[in-house]
Amino acid sequence: MFLNWLPENVSIHGAEIDSIFHLIYYITLAWFIVTVGALIVFALLFRRRDGQRAAYITGDRLPHAAWLLIPTALVLMLDLWIDFRGGDAWARVKLHAPPSELQIQVTGKQFNWEILYPGPDGRFGTPDDLQIDNELHVAVNRVVGLTLKSKDVIHSLYLPNLRLQQNVIPGREFHAWFQATKPGVFEIPCLELCGFGHSGMVGHLIVHTAEEYDKWVKEQWPAPSSPLKESDQP
Amino acid sequence: MGEGTVASPVKPPQGIRPTMSHRARVDPIRLPVARTAHEDRSFWRTYIFSTDHKTIAKQYLFLALFMALLGGYLVYVMRWQLAFPDTSIPGFGFVGPETYNALTTNHGTIMVFFVAMPILLGAFGNFLIPLMIGARDMAFPRLNMLSFWILFASSLVIMSSFFVPGGAAAAGWTGYAPLSARTEYTGVNWGINLWLLAHALEFASFLMGGVNFLTTAITMRAPGMTFFRLPLLVWQQMTASVIFLLSVGPLIAGAVMLLMDRLLGTSFFVPEQGGDPLLWQHLFWFFGHPEVYVLLMPGLGAVLEVLAVFSRKSIFGYRWIIYSTISVGFLSLIVWAHHMFISGMDPRLAMPFSITTILISVPIALIVFSMILTLWKGSIRFTPPMLWALGFIVMFILGGLTGIVLGSAPVNIQVHGTYFVVAHFHTVLLSVVIFGSFTGIYFWFPKMFGRMMNVPLSNLHFLLTLIFFNLTFFPMHAVGLAGMPRRITNPLQYEFLQPVQSLNVYITLSALGLTLAQFLFLINFVWSIVAGRKAEDNPWESATLEWTAPSPPPHGNWGDTIPTVYRGPYEYSPPGVREDFLPQDLAPSARSD
Amino acid sequence: MRMAVVSEQSAPARRGKIAVWWLIASEVMIFGGALSCYILARTAGPGWSAEAAHLSAILATINTFVLLTSSMTMAMAFAAYQKADQRGVCRFLLCTILLGLAFLGIKAYEYISHIADGLAPWSGSFWSFYYLLTGLHALHVIAGIIVNIILLLAAGKGLHTGYRIEIAGLYWHFVDIVWIFLFPLLYLSY
Repeated sequence: MFLNWLPENVSIHGAEIDSIFHLIYYITLAWFIVTVGALIVFALLFRRRDGQRAAYITGDRLPHAAWLLIPTALVLMLDLWIDFRGGDAWARVKLHAPPSELQIQVTGKQFNWEILYPGPDGRFGTPDDLQIDNELHVAVNRVVGLTLKSKDVIHSLYLPNLRLQQNVIPGREFHAWFQATKPGVFEIPCLELCGFGHSGMVGHLIVHTAEEYDKWVKEQWPAPSSPLKESDQP
Repeated sequence: MGEGTVASPVKPPQGIRPTMSHRARVDPIRLPVARTAHEDRSFWRTYIFSTDHKTIAKQYLFLALFMALLGGYLVYVMRWQLAFPDTSIPGFGFVGPETYNALTTNHGTIMVFFVAMPILLGAFGNFLIPLMIGARDMAFPRLNMLSFWILFASSLVIMSSFFVPGGAAAAGWTGYAPLSARTEYTGVNWGINLWLLAHALEFASFLMGGVNFLTTAITMRAPGMTFFRLPLLVWQQMTASVIFLLSVGPLIAGAVMLLMDRLLGTSFFVPEQGGDPLLWQHLFWFFGHPEVYVLLMPGLGAVLEVLAVFSRKSIFGYRWIIYSTISVGFLSLIVWAHHMFISGMDPRLAMPFSITTILISVPIALIVFSMILTLWKGSIRFTPPMLWALGFIVMFILGGLTGIVLGSAPVNIQVHGTYFVVAHFHTVLLSVVIFGSFTGIYFWFPKMFGRMMNVPLSNLHFLLTLIFFNLTFFPMHAVGLAGMPRRITNPLQYEFLQPVQSLNVYITLSALGLTLAQFLFLINFVWSIVAGRKAEDNPWESATLEWTAPSPPPHGNWGDTIPTVYRGPYEYSPPGVREDFLPQDLAPSARSD
Repeated sequence: MRMAVVSEQSAPARRGKIAVWWLIASEVMIFGGALSCYILARTAGPGWSAEAAHLSAILATINTFVLLTSSMTMAMAFAAYQKADQRGVCRFLLCTILLGLAFLGIKAYEYISHIADGLAPWSGSFWSFYYLLTGLHALHVIAGIIVNIILLLAAGKGLHTGYRIEIAGLYWHFVDIVWIFLFPLLYLSY
């Protein structure tokens, strides 16, 4: 029943995270049913009855303790399964970013997301850089690389539909990436308490179709070339 | 016949050294207590500045109940604001975002440090450790009194922080730097300084308390009370004390550093001058995570005692539980960075910490299995404490299992910082703080106050709490999975949260029900202290030492001689004996069969 | 000599000793935490050695000597107690206290001269950690001196200081050992 509550996944790596969530969900659901079921059955079965004494079992000796140790070993096994299933997904999202086709810088500050586009030359720090507050425009099915910074306190960039989150810390720079699979407008809330304006610090991710994105680029940079140009070159 | 079969499991008292040192260990304890009992007749020395561990335990309990009302009031304002944003809240008025942040911060701090710790460690530890090990008082009674009064001062400091200019601390109960390190980021100046001062006093208080608990349990055990005859609650209190002593140090250093950053302008955590904000998170969580086990252990201990008594059965795998408890204590010191998967620390560290985190479920699972197996072939009595204990197990399993979702690093990316976290730690922590505490309070109330509590009212309290607890926190998981961020003031500011707003209203109403249900307890508690039925010395027919003292025990706990221990704490329904339990202090030859 | 100890090994002595060991364990974590932060911060960036060079290794060496000597006199006070030499206890306790005060005096002189040179706690990361670590340590020295003064007053009135000498000694040696870590990590690391 919980599975439906996750927001729609629109990223290329999100399905893997969701599948680990499902794995954990079913394993823990099974344990919950088994343990709570046993508890309720035992509680009803062994309720006080006149003339009937409880058994004297300390459970310290091995034949009895096996009832403890075998399920515990099972827990250990399932734990390791969950862990090592998770390792790959974690490495994919956080450690091995593919080469990005669009590079965008996002800076958190009290209480806005400053989004900096490198412009047609694909480089930051040049006159054609363009800053738009709280609007992250990207094209569908392209690998977007984000450079993440903060100006004051810790914020957290959260893209629930993309299964992506990263804290941003002043004085440091982080990299994140995603590849959206579906056009649409998604919110970017800040997920780390950052002061009195934390609530409502929200940006928008606008995932354009390829044509829309070209149109948007032309509107922003009326010059002939587009920021895609560089990465399109062989 | 009976004599022969039972004599073998009953060992002669162990742990008694040759006569000389044994006498040396007992006599000096008895003499000063006997003297003070005659001298301390004044009101102040008996009820306020008492050195009696039982009076101090009650003081902790009353302080915690008072602070729980305060923490509950804060969360009432918060929940109302979340359900009906920017409306006037009955009994408070409008709440702005600055105030709201101060409320979340202090709700967390008060509930963890001024409610959970004083009840589970302060009240249970102080009341039960000496009584369960057969000591007349703590090892250092005056230090014990000092611990309480420092905590009292600390609670005054945290309450006064609401009234200073700028208001109370508003940087979250975790106080992440640099938000907490510079006034301009929150607008709160003295609020955060006082918040840090309250922590310093709190830590000093519980450090002294922890040293006292450990010394008492190690040196003051009654003759024959070996370590492996200690009730599990004492083991769990000892482990909790050790974890606390070993984990709080770095945060004490960190708190001093944060205070220096705030007052002297140093740059430990402020990046502009070369500081590192992540350092604070490491120091905080190095303590912050073990802290939940510090709270869990005494709660587990109380539940285990109750399970044995009301199943009329030995705890299944007493020694296994001790080994597991110690493993949990050790593992809890090496899992802290699972709070920091997406914090910006080196992502390669995530997997090792994810593995240790998920591994901690192994010894915890063993304890849960043992609790369930204790019921097997028991003769279960559904008394109020037993209902709370069973409720604890169910809620603890639920809360523990959702922890696995958070402990998995990749899934953590999605749910970190959302209401899923809030739902998880309230389920698992309140299973301890609500269900564990009430297990203990309903169970030891007769010993503490010499009277019985009203049973129908207790059962109604349990039933309503169980229902409203789940109605409150279960839907919160769903809200969290939908992505609702923690510590926001107004969910309506987000498009994607519009569909879950009805759930928020529903959670708020349930939380209101949960709060109101607790007044049933308060009524029962106060009424029973005044007019409850007089309790016998051992109303539950329990085997542990605290029930051999009168109800309530006098200063010094026992008459002329302290009990001698002949067996383990859970000798229920032993074969060949007419009674269905053997008290720990019943001499083998004195049995009546 | 052995007899004297055994006869005093009553419950309060055992309790006191165990309590102080636990106290020391938690103090180890306080200093361990602060020192780990310092070491990690220092390995993270350059420029620390130049700052550390401002410290006076000579004064610190003298201070190390002072503190080690005070540990010795503390141990001699305990030895005097074992021989039931009450005047010896007073004399060596007084020495310990005076040496402790001398340590604090030299430390204060260092602080004042650094601050006069403009090297205050807010003058950069090294100085933040320098004042944090030495300040925390100085607070512990002060606490140790207070404990020793209480014992000295009791001993001066002819009261039995008993096992408390040993417990105070444990704590004093611990404070000394902390300095053994601070001295090379702060003063000798440029």
